Amino acid sequence: MAAKKKSDNDPALGKSLLHSMILQRRFEEKVAEAYALGKIGGFCHLYIGQEAVSTGTLSLLRDDDYVLTTYRDHGQAIMRGMSPRSVMAELFGRIDGCSRGKGGSMHLFDRHVNFLGGHGIVGGHVPMATGVGFAIKYRGGDQVCICYMGEAAVNNGAFHESLNMAGLWRLPVIYVIENNKYGMGTALARASSIKDMYKRGATYNIESAEVDGQDVWAVRDAMQDAIDRARKDYAPTLLEIRTSRYMGHSMSDAASGTYRSKEELESDRKRDPINLLKAKLITDKLIMDADVAAMEAEIAAVVQDSWDFADASPEPPLEALFEDVYVETTT
Amino acid sequence: MALITYRDALNQALRDEMHRDDRVFLMGEEVGEYNGAYKVSKGLLEEFGEMRVVDTPITELGFAGVGVGAAMVGLRPVVEFMTWNFALLALDQIVNAAAKMLYMSGGQFPMPLVFRGPNGAALQLSAQHSQSWESWLAHIPGLKVVAPGTPYDAKGLLKAAIRDDNPVIVLEGEMLYNTKGEVPDEDYVIPLGKAELKREGDHCSIITSGKMVLVAMQVADQMAKDGIRIDVVDLRTIRPMDVDAITASVRKTNRAVVLEEGWEVCGIGAQVVDYIQRDCFDHLDAPVLRVHQADVPMPYAKAIEKAAKPDVAKTIAAVKKVMYIES
Repeated sequence: MAAKKKSDNDPALGKSLLHSMILQRRFEEKVAEAYALGKIGGFCHLYIGQEAVSTGTLSLLRDDDYVLTTYRDHGQAIMRGMSPRSVMAELFGRIDGCSRGKGGSMHLFDRHVNFLGGHGIVGGHVPMATGVGFAIKYRGGDQVCICYMGEAAVNNGAFHESLNMAGLWRLPVIYVIENNKYGMGTALARASSIKDMYKRGATYNIESAEVDGQDVWAVRDAMQDAIDRARKDYAPTLLEIRTSRYMGHSMSDAASGTYRSKEELESDRKRDPINLLKAKLITDKLIMDADVAAMEAEIAAVVQDSWDFADASPEPPLEALFEDVYVETTT
Repeated sequence: MALITYRDALNQALRDEMHRDDRVFLMGEEVGEYNGAYKVSKGLLEEFGEMRVVDTPITELGFAGVGVGAAMVGLRPVVEFMTWNFALLALDQIVNAAAKMLYMSGGQFPMPLVFRGPNGAALQLSAQHSQSWESWLAHIPGLKVVAPGTPYDAKGLLKAAIRDDNPVIVLEGEMLYNTKGEVPDEDYVIPLGKAELKREGDHCSIITSGKMVLVAMQVADQMAKDGIRIDVVDLRTIRPMDVDAITASVRKTNRAVVLEEGWEVCGIGAQVVDYIQRDCFDHLDAPVLRVHQADVPMPYAKAIEKAAKPDVAKTIAAVKKVMYIES
């Protein structure tokens, strides 16, 4: 793809992608710390290891495009442009959180950047993304809707019903399977009758591709193709982006030792998306070690600021309990 | 005013609202080329085209979710279920998505959409096709639930439902579609959350909704011949429920029968009785009784199907009992 050659040699772009990935990583490391201290409660699913997926895909979207995702949503929220402050405050359950403390980790929303959640039922948001695609076509727009899901969601009926409609009606939805190999603690091979999840696209007359999810450039190439297809022809795409989550399914389980071996995890970590990009940019002399150090320092300050902001934000007042159940109808 | 069917009243409401607002579209199984499984959407495909009258595959979970997603970005979908029995496959979208999107997004994403279709039993359709879902749906904060019992109410409530910015469940009735009533041609809406006193009386209240309104009116007619005056409270909207209308009636009559189409356990009637005991305890001259479906899946055979359903005779028996009339 032309896009690859061009972007490969664009130092500003490379730097910006690296910055996004490191920001997501450091932010979530801070989240883990806050969780351990009891500042964050409930379920909390970290994205660490998968940052090239959010970064590669969302770096190509326009402001008027739409994003829906799962409960593992911190990385995409930040990459989409939600402020680390508003995300951290939501995780802390505070009034300045993006969802006013009503949603928590699994339900990040921000209508200003068309971030349509943060959904907690595996597969449940896939029909919604299909509906957003329907609305785009209904209005004759040229936006796209991107819908992230784990590979385990592919075994869910909602996925199949959605892809059938998107294939039948030609809807501009890009379905992204983030294949991190485990649906909670169940390995893909123990849950799916086929190993190559992208092949499910053929069943529904949808273009599909398998993508290396640790290589942000490869993710961008595949995403650019999908976007072109959607904007030009209202054609949906199914991308299977193969990646690895370094942490447990949530904060409640160990990264390895039960369903996944320590050796497998260590082997995965050798292809860390941040290290791969950093090494390439340094080899190509597009950045220097000192640039990375400066970037890390700046990000550390942003992340600490998000913590300080969240910690200082008040909890929702008791009257908020009964707000937002219904909206006043004005027409 | 024209005398039209409940079906045509719904059709008028859909047509009017689709003319009024181009964000409104209808989606569901057989709504287009087939003109609707019960002909509620007759002629709409021809008039509005296939982008606004959308035939779906048989995929309730999927198209309910399409409705939710479209509503998130500002369209106003009307999602038709061929029957509410099939909507069980879509409950995740109704309960987990539509009902709570506004809340869990901290007020950012209203859900202006309607889920509608026939509810309850018709004739000899047996267990899977003869169920009343109002108590399941009304249980959920974030949803509104309406159950029109007459053509006039069907038009006015469906219009109000489509214009409401919240997710509204509209429970119609297969046995109601052919019933006729006076319906104005012109535009009107019936406010959600308001009951209507369908018949005024001072001896006993019957509190009901949906298809059972017809039964209650027949009961009132028959008992009037014996000089018994029934107050018939048609809830019209089951959630939010018009508690004031219920208590005003019971304070007047001091006796109440709650009539519903569904099952007894955790039914709508249980909630109504709770409101009555809380607010009208000192006004009651008799325990409140309930009339409902027998506590069994609906059978097929005619005689036992009839025995399972709430009807005029059972309701009259209940009214007599709360009035201490020996039959």
